[in-house]
Amino acid sequence: MKKDLHKVRPYGDHLDDGKVQISFTLPVPAGPEAREAARVYLEKMGLTGVDVVWMESMGEAFSFFVAYGCAAATIDFTKIRLPKPEFPLLSLEDLLKTAHEKIRRKIVVVGGTTGSDAHTVGIDAILSLKGIKGDKGLEYYPVFRVINLRAQVSNEDLVREAAELKADAILVSQMVTQQDQHLENLKALAKLLREEKGLTPHLLKIVGGPRMDHATARRLGFDAGFGPGTKPSEVANYIVHEMIRRIHGKSESWLEGKGQGETPPKRRSLFGWLGGGG
Amino acid sequence: MSKLNLDRDKVEGCRVLAGKIARRVQDSVDRHTTVSIERATLRLLGVEESCKGRPLVNAVIDSLSREDLSRGIFYWLGRALAHHRSSPVSLCLRIAEGRIRWDRLPEASEDQIRRVTEPLARAAVQRLGQSALRKEQAREASGRSSRPLKYLIVATGNIYEDVEQAKSAVLNGADCIAVIRSTAQSLLDYVPFGATTEGFGGTYATQENFRIMRKAMDEIGRKEGRYIRVVNYSSGLCMPEIAVMAAFENLDYLLNDSMYGILFRDINMKRTFTDQYFSRLVIARSGIVINTGEDNYLTTAESFRAFPQVLTSQLINEQLGLLANLREEQMGLGHAFEMDPAIEDSLLYEIAQAETVREIFPNSPIKYMPPTRHMTGDIFFGQVLDTMFNLVGAVTQQEIQLLGMPTEAIHNPLLQDRFMSLKSAQYIFKAARGLADEISWSPNGKVIRRARSVLEDAHQLLKKVEKAGLLQAISMGLFAEMVRDPEGGRGLEGVVQRHPHYYNPILSLLEKKDEEEGLSQEDRNERGSRDRGRGPRPGGRRRRPRGRGGPPRRPSP
Repeated sequence: MKKDLHKVRPYGDHLDDGKVQISFTLPVPAGPEAREAARVYLEKMGLTGVDVVWMESMGEAFSFFVAYGCAAATIDFTKIRLPKPEFPLLSLEDLLKTAHEKIRRKIVVVGGTTGSDAHTVGIDAILSLKGIKGDKGLEYYPVFRVINLRAQVSNEDLVREAAELKADAILVSQMVTQQDQHLENLKALAKLLREEKGLTPHLLKIVGGPRMDHATARRLGFDAGFGPGTKPSEVANYIVHEMIRRIHGKSESWLEGKGQGETPPKRRSLFGWLGGGG
Repeated sequence: MSKLNLDRDKVEGCRVLAGKIARRVQDSVDRHTTVSIERATLRLLGVEESCKGRPLVNAVIDSLSREDLSRGIFYWLGRALAHHRSSPVSLCLRIAEGRIRWDRLPEASEDQIRRVTEPLARAAVQRLGQSALRKEQAREASGRSSRPLKYLIVATGNIYEDVEQAKSAVLNGADCIAVIRSTAQSLLDYVPFGATTEGFGGTYATQENFRIMRKAMDEIGRKEGRYIRVVNYSSGLCMPEIAVMAAFENLDYLLNDSMYGILFRDINMKRTFTDQYFSRLVIARSGIVINTGEDNYLTTAESFRAFPQVLTSQLINEQLGLLANLREEQMGLGHAFEMDPAIEDSLLYEIAQAETVREIFPNSPIKYMPPTRHMTGDIFFGQVLDTMFNLVGAVTQQEIQLLGMPTEAIHNPLLQDRFMSLKSAQYIFKAARGLADEISWSPNGKVIRRARSVLEDAHQLLKKVEKAGLLQAISMGLFAEMVRDPEGGRGLEGVVQRHPHYYNPILSLLEKKDEEEGLSQEDRNERGSRDRGRGPRPGGRRRRPRGRGGPPRRPSP
């Protein structure tokens, strides 16, 4: 078995079989024609050896399918480039030592979930003492003073609090919303942050959420974006190092340091879509 | 029979405390009215129209100063009707167009006002009673659906698309269809008008949309031989108005919970408790079942630690409901399966919590909400969590089960998500149909100990809330770890202190408990035989076993 990182395909039960699993609905009544339509459709999507393993009627006008097929496309894994916040990942003791030497005061972090959703599991995972999966939250770090505004904070309140508390960093957790409303909301927040005069000049503007990535965050006018699976220790390291960089200039050697590690973090959504409310 | 052997004295102690808490809130409620209550009053008289792009009821109520409004819209209406013979609707139109002016109305005697308004009030209240009767007959005609009822959500933003999705859900076994409202409709101080096809994350609640969904569900229900319950939201700033619209359009369930609005929508406490009282009077008379939102507390606070808050809030909600003439059978108190799956024996603790709620409110149609906090993008594991949730629902005999979706953490459910979810829930409910009757819990095991500690903690919390008062307790962050200021939040400007001669004959009729217009004979017997006293009923509270046969429960020694 020889893996070619220039030509990667999905792995089913052996290398390069290209197996993918797919489930979908067609707005047609179930029947032999519907099954055939599903098969042909998957072939049109570029799959070969299509096997429609399940079809079921979902009421009068819809059918549900589960299918397998082989994807012919390959991906050159060596060419994948993903912008992400660059910073060294120090151990807790080293990070505290660095912060103590270079900053010599508490770093004020203001965080909250904006918008109308009530789920705070994401922001709490990063900020609260408990953290997530054994990785302690920012409250655990003596170097941070954490103010967690929790759920449903308006952009205006967040900016006002950040100004009043002389925040060094703000952490905005953004919910999943329909029609990309969360992006509009973040744009509005970025604008407010630009206009507010009372903020510290070095303020770090960080967003996180299940649909967030660094490139999007940068595009919207933030300094960094953290996606699902982010650990509190990563955010802590980013804040400390970026603070040092902003206070002491860009000459710090860690800039050339290694990235976050070889393997991308496991995908895990920290947030939920609220099935109630309205 | 009781499986948890809960301390009945403690339960009744909780009810006494909750009763005191509720009455203190009620004292303030009874001294106020709100713009939304007055608008709802007009809607009860059939004023549904829109005028120059805004609801006619808003135009009319806004044309009165707050000081004038403190007399109640009925007072002004009475004066106007005493001199302009016309229907309330055409009168409202003329007021909105400025053709009738409040400040130019001639005086009218109290007698005159009563003479012209009381028949209108009686007719309005009768209409609510007819809605109750219609629902009762429809439910009876179609026979009893098996429990838990399967509650599904649609939320496309387009009412016609919602209908298609709801029909598909019904054909696959759904019993209740809830149309999620457009994001932040609860913060609008008016109700949109007409059929709507655009919304964010949901569909606007409008009277026309209610009508469209009710009609579609009646049609598909007839075809399937099942009565389909239609659900919407009487919450937010237009709580009383939506209650009226829902009653007129024969909706079955309404999400109705001030605590939710305060904590999660930042609506002013005074506004929403006052609104809630009127809305619940309307709901009580029209035979609607409320759904409360305690499940939401577990989205911001950890379930293992915070569940006593849920029970506390349910007990308070029950007492507030009784003060608004709701029957226990109309209180769909909410809770949820939200425990961290990383906790060992979380299944036992979830069972303990769900069973506790069921045993403390044996006559109430408890609504059980699915996991959201610990749902991830891993739809396959999500399906397992939902399965456990369904199993707990079956084993603790919940009345209403809001089915979880594998894609909970990702997007609005796809058609196929709903289908998958229904299929597996049906399997679990069928496979575990008799499980509840076979199970008894180890007398000093984890389930019973957990139940005991939840009750004990709720009792302690109730004591704290009683001491501080509910409004103060909320401002101390005792619920859902959210802190809200009694003078803060949205909608306070719409609260008006009632004039000593505040006049609202509909309110008076709805507050009367012996007023039985529109109720069936059976319903009347049912109500007559029950203790209808206000507040908590310590001791001899009549309890019916929950369809398990066996003798009524007794307080344990």
